[in-house]
Amino acid sequence: MVLKASDPLNNSTNATPAHAQPALERSLLVEDLSLYYGDQQALIDVNLDIPQKQVTAFIGPSGCGKSTLLRCFNRMNDLIDGVRTTGRILLEGHEIFAPEVDVAQLRRRVGMVFQRPNPFPKSIYENVAYGLRIQGTHPKTETDEIVEWALRSAALWDEVKDRLKESALGLSGGQQQRLVIARAVAVKPSVLLLDEPASALDPISTLKIEELIHQLKSDYTIVIVTHNMQQAARVSDNTAFLYLGELIEVGKTQDVFTNPSQSRTEDYITGRYG
Amino acid sequence: MNRHISEQFDTELDSARSLLLEMGGLVEQQLQQACLSLYNHDSELADEVKGGDKRINRMEVDIDDLCVQIIARRQPAATDLRTLISIMKASTDLERVGDEAQRIAKMARGVADLELPVDQYRDIRTMADQVIGMLASALDAFARLSADSAVSVIAADQAVDDAYDAIIRELGDEMKAQPEQTERSLTVLWVARALERCGDHAKNLSEYIVYLIEGQDVRHGGRIKDGSDQ
Repeated sequence: MVLKASDPLNNSTNATPAHAQPALERSLLVEDLSLYYGDQQALIDVNLDIPQKQVTAFIGPSGCGKSTLLRCFNRMNDLIDGVRTTGRILLEGHEIFAPEVDVAQLRRRVGMVFQRPNPFPKSIYENVAYGLRIQGTHPKTETDEIVEWALRSAALWDEVKDRLKESALGLSGGQQQRLVIARAVAVKPSVLLLDEPASALDPISTLKIEELIHQLKSDYTIVIVTHNMQQAARVSDNTAFLYLGELIEVGKTQDVFTNPSQSRTEDYITGRYG
Repeated sequence: MNRHISEQFDTELDSARSLLLEMGGLVEQQLQQACLSLYNHDSELADEVKGGDKRINRMEVDIDDLCVQIIARRQPAATDLRTLISIMKASTDLERVGDEAQRIAKMARGVADLELPVDQYRDIRTMADQVIGMLASALDAFARLSADSAVSVIAADQAVDDAYDAIIRELGDEMKAQPEQTERSLTVLWVARALERCGDHAKNLSEYIVYLIEGQDVRHGGRIKDGSDQ
């Protein structure tokens, strides 16, 4: 069974592999994933479990493949010419690379937030309602309710409730990033991918985003790429360390940051020459 | 272990390690001197030990201060974090050994005017040698980052506890048989107790070393973390 608009994911009876965890515990399963940009291999045989409703952080030096791996989860790499992948990724038991998959549907299930806030040049309200509108028409009262709910979920409602019609571009960077998160959650995804979501923000806005991540994980599976190791240590339940396209180590964040099992992880998180 | 990209970070960690080893050396010397002041009923030496404790207390504060600074500035992780936590905890135990040395010196001063006992504190000497040996081995294990040596020190504490129990039993008999020697017997009892505690501190030190090197918390036989103490 594949992801098609007509197949509600959560009603699926698709069999998971025999070694799989119970469906409720796993959100994403990565099996033997390799990715090539032309001749260049960017991901090498990655095998990984992303547990549901937890925060998983990807850390590693620039060019290690962490953003590439993140972008596989909603097939954003499809937009790049010459990208080829082998292996498979299952979202809640469903193969996401299958040719029949509706990519728009996949991206609704797997929302993404980027390094720089990218609100549309529209009102605050329209930014959040955008995803709902492209899904189809909703009665205005229902849209209003979802917009308020999404803005509350993103801890932004109190700051913007009196100026919903104003341009989103008038918000501060930190507010814009929370607006983008509100836009992502408005379509009720199951996974949120955050690609260095706070690296362009000041420390206070960063802490607000981190607090938001903590709140959101009760409803969503969150995967975050960050260069800030302390941020990974603060916000994540699990940490995966990638190096030169390989997944070197994955484990509970508390273990990875106090007693990593691999010396390359140790060198990276303690700032040593590897 | 590879060096840090920040050489300054290496320098700071080296300073904390050196300071702890220096403190350890001083504490070991204090304990030796305190025991010697008892064996020889040497009140002058006992007074020197008393004076030396201030320096140890100062070093404990300096080590804590340095570690706090490093933690605040560097947000250390993994081995670096375990090193700093172990150093801070070890300095507390070393400071307590310093206090016990001072206590022994005080006891030595109390009996300095009496005649030396016939047995020349034979049992205490044996026990003190064991404890000072544990302390020296623990510091050596820290300097060489040897988990094996640290584990040997942890195991050695049982012999010290046994020696302490034997001394207590003997003193009980002695006090009944020779009530006029009670003052001396009580001194031996308090010294034995102080030494037994020093053994416990050397054991604690070694447990921190195992944590530092292997990341395993072996305190209380490792039973709390694995849940088997329930």
